Amino acid sequence: MNEKLRVGLFVTCLVDLFRPSVGFAAAKLLEDAGCEVLVPVSQTCCGQPAYNSGDRADTREIAEKVITAFEEFDYVVAPSGSCAGMIRKHYPLLFAGDKALEKRAKALAGKTYELVSFLTEVCNVTQVEAQYDGVVTYHDSCSGLRELGIRDQPRELLATVKGLKLSEMKNADVCCGFGGTFSVKYPDISNSIVAEKTATIEDAKPDLLLAGDLGCLLNMAGKLKRQGSNVHVRHVAEVLAGMTDKPPIAESRRDLRGSDG
Amino acid sequence: MVEVHSPEFKENSRKALKDKQLQRALQHVRGNFIDKRAKSIADLPEFEALRDNARDIKNHALEHLDLYLEAYEERVVAQGGHVHWARDSIEARGLVLDICRKVNAKTVTKGKSMITEEIALNEFLEKNGITPIETDLGEYIIQLRGEHPSHIIAPAVHVTKDQVAEDFKKAHTHLPPDRSMDEPENLLLEARGILREKFIAADVGITGANFLVAETGTSVIVTNEGNGDLTQTLPKVHIVMASIEKIVPTLEDMSQILRVLARSATGQEMSVYTTLSTGPKRKTDVDGPEQYHVILLDNGRSNMLGTEFQDMLRCIRCGACMNHCPVYHSVGGHAYGWVYPGPMGAVLTPQLIGVDKGGHLPNASTFCGRCEEVCPMRIPLPKMMRHWREREFERHLMPSGQRRYLQLWAWMAKRPAIYRLATNVVTTGMRILAIGRGRFKKFLMAGSWTAERDLPAPQGGTFVSQWKRQRPEQVR
Repeated sequence: MNEKLRVGLFVTCLVDLFRPSVGFAAAKLLEDAGCEVLVPVSQTCCGQPAYNSGDRADTREIAEKVITAFEEFDYVVAPSGSCAGMIRKHYPLLFAGDKALEKRAKALAGKTYELVSFLTEVCNVTQVEAQYDGVVTYHDSCSGLRELGIRDQPRELLATVKGLKLSEMKNADVCCGFGGTFSVKYPDISNSIVAEKTATIEDAKPDLLLAGDLGCLLNMAGKLKRQGSNVHVRHVAEVLAGMTDKPPIAESRRDLRGSDG
Repeated sequence: MVEVHSPEFKENSRKALKDKQLQRALQHVRGNFIDKRAKSIADLPEFEALRDNARDIKNHALEHLDLYLEAYEERVVAQGGHVHWARDSIEARGLVLDICRKVNAKTVTKGKSMITEEIALNEFLEKNGITPIETDLGEYIIQLRGEHPSHIIAPAVHVTKDQVAEDFKKAHTHLPPDRSMDEPENLLLEARGILREKFIAADVGITGANFLVAETGTSVIVTNEGNGDLTQTLPKVHIVMASIEKIVPTLEDMSQILRVLARSATGQEMSVYTTLSTGPKRKTDVDGPEQYHVILLDNGRSNMLGTEFQDMLRCIRCGACMNHCPVYHSVGGHAYGWVYPGPMGAVLTPQLIGVDKGGHLPNASTFCGRCEEVCPMRIPLPKMMRHWREREFERHLMPSGQRRYLQLWAWMAKRPAIYRLATNVVTTGMRILAIGRGRFKKFLMAGSWTAERDLPAPQGGTFVSQWKRQRPEQVR
């Protein structure tokens, strides 16, 4: 009874590469919620770049490795709606017809969650111990919103962060234009979409932009900074975990000192 | 077939992004359509259940398409109409021309029809000495401009009011040049006056069809201007151009789908006119056409049956997918380079013109999923775009550079040890290159990204390697 949930942290390739602090924030939140966090070091990526490029054979091979690495846990948690959505919604489809693998894919899909919804829905977390003094706006990343129904969960937890004031942007549920490989294949269109997004962000007059997917955050931060915006950008897990000591996305201590002057 | 410019999608979209007039016009799509749809749906609690019904009705009809099409034909013929089957554009155009020639038609009025765009009917009729006149206001405007629709329900959505005033001045030279054209109402009345004469003079009227009802042999159109009614009742001959997937079994089925159609399209509860036509004028009828022809067009659609694209045949052409598409909002409909733009076009176009020509379209999507979210027929549009990408990948149609990158990355993603090594090298390297800054203004491998955005620099060191160092006991 009351044994700790064993959670495999699927950190996602972008967090692994660009922003390890999001992974540590996720781990802290999970541990605060009473979970034991374990990290399989054989993890690489969920396979979405191959999947969305039409390369099913490679996607299946990558997915099979993810299944093997993570099926031992009670739950699999990713600080990303996009990657969690890939495992939950698309892995079972990938192996449709392959009895043994389909069964394993479905089993993994059933216990894979995006971080914030896992905290609220499985761990019944209703509040966090964190403080952020400032105005925050929250962008709903598409996969999390439409594949996993993540909209209220992060807002509910953000409401319990001391000092934090949420200022909703208009069209928070509209795509930021990242779209993974889309942003590289069609950079002009991607740029036009993100410019529309940053305009609505600025209108909300926040100090800080949050979202639950690092891909979208890299895109929006990149555009905001190119436009000379003062809005900082972080993954929602960093604020919920109270781990905002590292510089925001696309900023460094050196940049921050510069902007103070 | 209409000229294909889909292979130039990238150039088209670059031009569209720089076109200030177009960008202004597109603001209308971004706001109006979305808000109106949302409001009309909020007023109808059973909307989601209606969507399920609508999907099921069409799925059933598609499963028994042959049966219902034959039943439909039988009813039309029994009521004195004619049904013609056209495998492709050439056959369909030939059939129209034959019918027109038999009655020595000089002018043909047309209600709004996307499949007549698909088969490039106007150009064909003109070449054969017959003048087609578009009677939907939007269609009329773009016909004057020598353009094609940029949206399936709002064909002239890319045109601003001032442009229309200019076009009318150029075209309607018999009217006083100093007339007031500031108000949309003036433009509307002017077009109305001109079209009225054309309606009366036309020898043949061609309409599309939103539905074909098998049980009664009825074709159905919905319009907001009533132009469809005048097109089909005034001339001696009425031709209905419809693609085969428009069939529904019963009138009840039609009315169910009507409840989701207008709400999804324009946010109206119903379109202003819903017009049912069943055969030619009967003895007891006061007016109506003497001849009633239906041309049923396949043009590649039957090839979709039984494939992963069959669901696309449920589409009722409401335009909600493009109204909610961030890519459509950015570049408008013409950039897609053929008849059908937006998400529905991205799925349908490769089927109808070939994936080698239409391949850009299913790629030009962020997969944000908003199209599927709003589609009244619950068509899984992103999933089908992905299927097209799979076909492209199988046929090596992806640019070879992209393919090489992808395969190198996939090769590493399957080899964790090599992947770990490579990602540590990359993050460390990028950290060094960033020289203490949080982002790159330019980055050699990401030139397209950094043209208009900065590239955030990695924090340094991968998560997995840091975790391994800090918490070796929590590693698997």
